[in-house]
Amino acid sequence: MMEKMIFGRFIPGNSIIHQMDPRAKISFVFVFIAIVFIANSAVTYGILLGFTLLVVFLSKIRLYFLINGLKPVFILLIFTFFLHIFFTREGDLLLDIGFIEIYEEGLRQGIFISVRFLVLVFITSILTLTTSPISITDGIEVLLGPFKRVKLPVHELALMMSISLRFIPTLMDETGKILKAQMARGSDIGSGPMKERIKAVVPLLIPLFVSAFKRAEDLATAMEVRGYRGGEGRTRYRQLDWRFVDSLSLLVLAGLAGMLWYFRV
Amino acid sequence: MNSNILSFENVTFTYAPEDETVKPAVQDLSFSIQDGEWIALVGHNGSGKSTIAKLMNGLLFPQTGKVSAMGRMMEEESLWDIRSQMGMVFQNPDNQFVGATVQDDVAFALENNGVPHKEMVLRVKEALHQVKMEAYFDHEPHHLSGGQKQRVAIAGALALRPRLLILDEATSMLDPQGRMEVIETIRELRRATGLTVISITHDLEEAAMADRILVMNAGHKQLEGTPEAVFLSGNQLTTMGLDLPFAMRMTHLLREAGVELEAEHMTEDELVDDLWTYYSRK
Repeated sequence: MMEKMIFGRFIPGNSIIHQMDPRAKISFVFVFIAIVFIANSAVTYGILLGFTLLVVFLSKIRLYFLINGLKPVFILLIFTFFLHIFFTREGDLLLDIGFIEIYEEGLRQGIFISVRFLVLVFITSILTLTTSPISITDGIEVLLGPFKRVKLPVHELALMMSISLRFIPTLMDETGKILKAQMARGSDIGSGPMKERIKAVVPLLIPLFVSAFKRAEDLATAMEVRGYRGGEGRTRYRQLDWRFVDSLSLLVLAGLAGMLWYFRV
Repeated sequence: MNSNILSFENVTFTYAPEDETVKPAVQDLSFSIQDGEWIALVGHNGSGKSTIAKLMNGLLFPQTGKVSAMGRMMEEESLWDIRSQMGMVFQNPDNQFVGATVQDDVAFALENNGVPHKEMVLRVKEALHQVKMEAYFDHEPHHLSGGQKQRVAIAGALALRPRLLILDEATSMLDPQGRMEVIETIRELRRATGLTVISITHDLEEAAMADRILVMNAGHKQLEGTPEAVFLSGNQLTTMGLDLPFAMRMTHLLREAGVELEAEHMTEDELVDDLWTYYSRK
């Protein structure tokens, strides 16, 4: 189950999309999310779907892999689709088999909402699949830069994010070890009624918290010794490189918005 | 200027200054370390050696006495300057890895000290080369062994080109192979650059490689001298809860069993050589 999930996973590669500047990719996704809501007709949704498939193609991530990894999302998708079909009662009656009545408007809405949902999920997944977490953090730090003026601790937030990401595998390992240690002492996690199972998590969480605090303290000492004094006067090892492709991608996006606006009903 | 790189003068430190009943963690400690030396600071748990490490880099300040490093007194103003000239490696390999990948971690101290990007790239490469970890440039920490992580930590310290490297129990959480890797790296570095090293440890085999050993016990400096001199007071060490190196214990036991060995032996190789000579003489 967990291995197949592709939320937040990064697949290294060297496609055009992989090589794009994280700042461009993050801005792209945000603007795209806004643009999607311009679409309101078969043609415009068709354009959106076509564009999304093009992006998937450019990222060189196999469509099958993407669809397979997003299975849990599809359940939600199908659910909303049927919700619209059954509960929208506008337009001509298309089908009437006893208790089920399907109207034209319901079918239209159902399909549109599903496409919108699909397109959003695909594009955001492509962002996380083609950008390493550390690059995303770098991108966010730079993009949030202007908010330093209003005293938003941008550098600290970015550092917090990157350290959290860095410690996820470490804490996962730790959880595994604690789990085994508790099992060896006769604790039974994963069976029994829900209430018992929730209770069984407590002896797992407490040691994990204790060790996480210990680690945080050690890390703080190590950082201080290595001269960490906050964001002031720091230089950056990772340099972001805005290239022509990045500007182009945003231009293409503007073109897409124009097209959607033009074909809008 | 003298060539003292670090010195403690009558340093006393206690964690509970208001409580008279608590014994100070470090009591009236004086020593100095010369440029280019390899010093081992040994002592069992609670002997005050971790406190000394914290006093060395200004994480703690003594109540009485003076700590000075690189010819300057350790104070709030000089603190960051002094820290930029000393590297420190801690016990837990996981808890000192800040960066997401090996190269990011090595660059961390450089970033903090505002080194320009071009210079940083060069120094990261150089430092990783010094600890023979170039091949792992882009690796994430959870794909490295403990010994490798410690070598990266050493590289992170070296990237700043420090004059002094402090190893605070840096090998105590490693498996024997990881320990050998780290010790070998330090020896290699000393050969190549003559870096001053202070290793804080309770492993006397590691201490045996140093030029000079300081033995701490209950906040006091108990013994000081070359490894040979310190190990000769064998019983005193054993009562302090320190284990003599295997070769030395073996030598003592062989003597008791009536084997007439020539000298004290610090390493297994020396002992084996002596046993060969003993055997051929017989």
